Amino acid sequence: MEKVEILVVGAGPAGLSAAMEAAKLGAQVRVVDENQKPGGQLFKQIHKFFGSKDHLAGTRGYEIGSALLKNTVEMGAKIDLNTVVYGIYPDRQVGIITADKSHQLLQAEKIILATGASENVLAFPGCTLPGIMSAGAVQTMVNIHRVLPASNVLMIGSGNVGLIVSYQILQAGGHVRALVEAAPQIGGYGVHAAKISRAGVPILTRYTIKCAYGTDQVEGATIIAVDDSFKPIGGTEREFSVGCIAIATGLTPLAELASLCGCTFTYVPRLGGMLPIHSEDMETTVPGIYVAGDITGVEEASTAMEEGRLAGIAAAAALGHVSAEKANLMKAQVWSRINTLRTGKFGQYRQEAKGKIMNERRALIVN
Amino acid sequence: MSTKLVTNGYLSDEEMADLLPTQARLQKGPVGVLECIQDIPCNPCEQACSFQAISIGKPITSLPVLDEDKCIGCGACIPKCPGLAIFVVDCSRPGEMGTVQLPYEYYPLPEFGQIVDAVDRKGFLVAKAVIDRVNIQDHTAVLTILVPKAFVNIVRGIRLIGGDRDE
Repeated sequence: MEKVEILVVGAGPAGLSAAMEAAKLGAQVRVVDENQKPGGQLFKQIHKFFGSKDHLAGTRGYEIGSALLKNTVEMGAKIDLNTVVYGIYPDRQVGIITADKSHQLLQAEKIILATGASENVLAFPGCTLPGIMSAGAVQTMVNIHRVLPASNVLMIGSGNVGLIVSYQILQAGGHVRALVEAAPQIGGYGVHAAKISRAGVPILTRYTIKCAYGTDQVEGATIIAVDDSFKPIGGTEREFSVGCIAIATGLTPLAELASLCGCTFTYVPRLGGMLPIHSEDMETTVPGIYVAGDITGVEEASTAMEEGRLAGIAAAAALGHVSAEKANLMKAQVWSRINTLRTGKFGQYRQEAKGKIMNERRALIVN
Repeated sequence: MSTKLVTNGYLSDEEMADLLPTQARLQKGPVGVLECIQDIPCNPCEQACSFQAISIGKPITSLPVLDEDKCIGCGACIPKCPGLAIFVVDCSRPGEMGTVQLPYEYYPLPEFGQIVDAVDRKGFLVAKAVIDRVNIQDHTAVLTILVPKAFVNIVRGIRLIGGDRDE
């Protein structure tokens, strides 16, 4: 059976950062990803990131992705694409379907799960019509394949994904007829909302989608106002002629592999639902299984990269590639950057939720 | 905090009141307007300024504060703001027209001398404007547009041009 010191599942911002740090410290690292290209969602992000100089603020996501990928490869980590992990067995034996569709069993000393998150769906009459898709799918079409799904789009959801993808549809030459949000307030950053507002996109809070219609594909949508308990208010319907409805109603951690490993989970609605409990080192309740990025609770790419670094350093240290003392210093630097990202109105609840998760881990291990 | 920014997506006149330069400062020359009112951990604007006119300090979620005496309105901060929330306004030129410098990340770019529709924070038409300068830095263009002086604190964009957008 082929052996590897550290297997990283997922070549997005968290997985690549983990691989880069561990390889830099001398660990033998293999990264597998089921997609054709590495980078996860990073290469779709054409906007400039927030943060400080230490977080590469002011740099566009795809540029951060290119540098990260280059560094990871240069450090000697091996990246296998079109490669699926279908199972993880006791003692960290990993079942893999390789790019040439053959089967492989791999023995890993440490596993870092950086599988990301999946977009939530929204059910409404007509929601299966072609042209109705997740905002992430629209972003892939527009920014990777350079295809505008339709010239008129209705966006559902006002988190940063809904706001940013709306802006990118405008940049691609499309119209966003409206952005609809059931809550009384916009979920994402005000500055992102302001960009699309001055471009003429109406942001309709306290509205939800009632139905979509069309024969062979979506041709229009009806939206309706909701009251304080999110009940539709009859007579407030509005019609939009659109060829695409984009759904940006949040993300759920993709944690199936952690579940297969027997990791203990906790439920944190504001971080996306069920997620594996982990320590400050990003280690789950199963020794040798680490997690990083959105699988640990949905945040954003800058934090995902920092969590990846933590997991990479911790796994390499556990294998003896670096002294505990040096590893602690390195991790402290990462933690200081993470703590900065988890501040303010949009970050405080993440800091609190993550603190709780780590306390749960401590309680479980002590008992 | 329930503001127009979080319920509707744009800063209202009331929310803008404290952020806008005084008439006296506008007469003196170009000056920045930082339309940043949420405590996001972010500070590239502070480092973008060669004149130390913008301070955020610690914690990084503090809102940027502009020293209007130090600001020369160069606009170096405009393309550095990830939120595209910085503008430069000026009413010091003789005549009726003032200028607004604004970030613009759409193609096609307008050309020097082109007449465009200037819009407010809600995207509503305010006046016709003339493109005075197009300066591209790291894929973010900074447009300098000429608008009547009465509108420099209101105009924050131009109606998107080109393609099927004109319909």
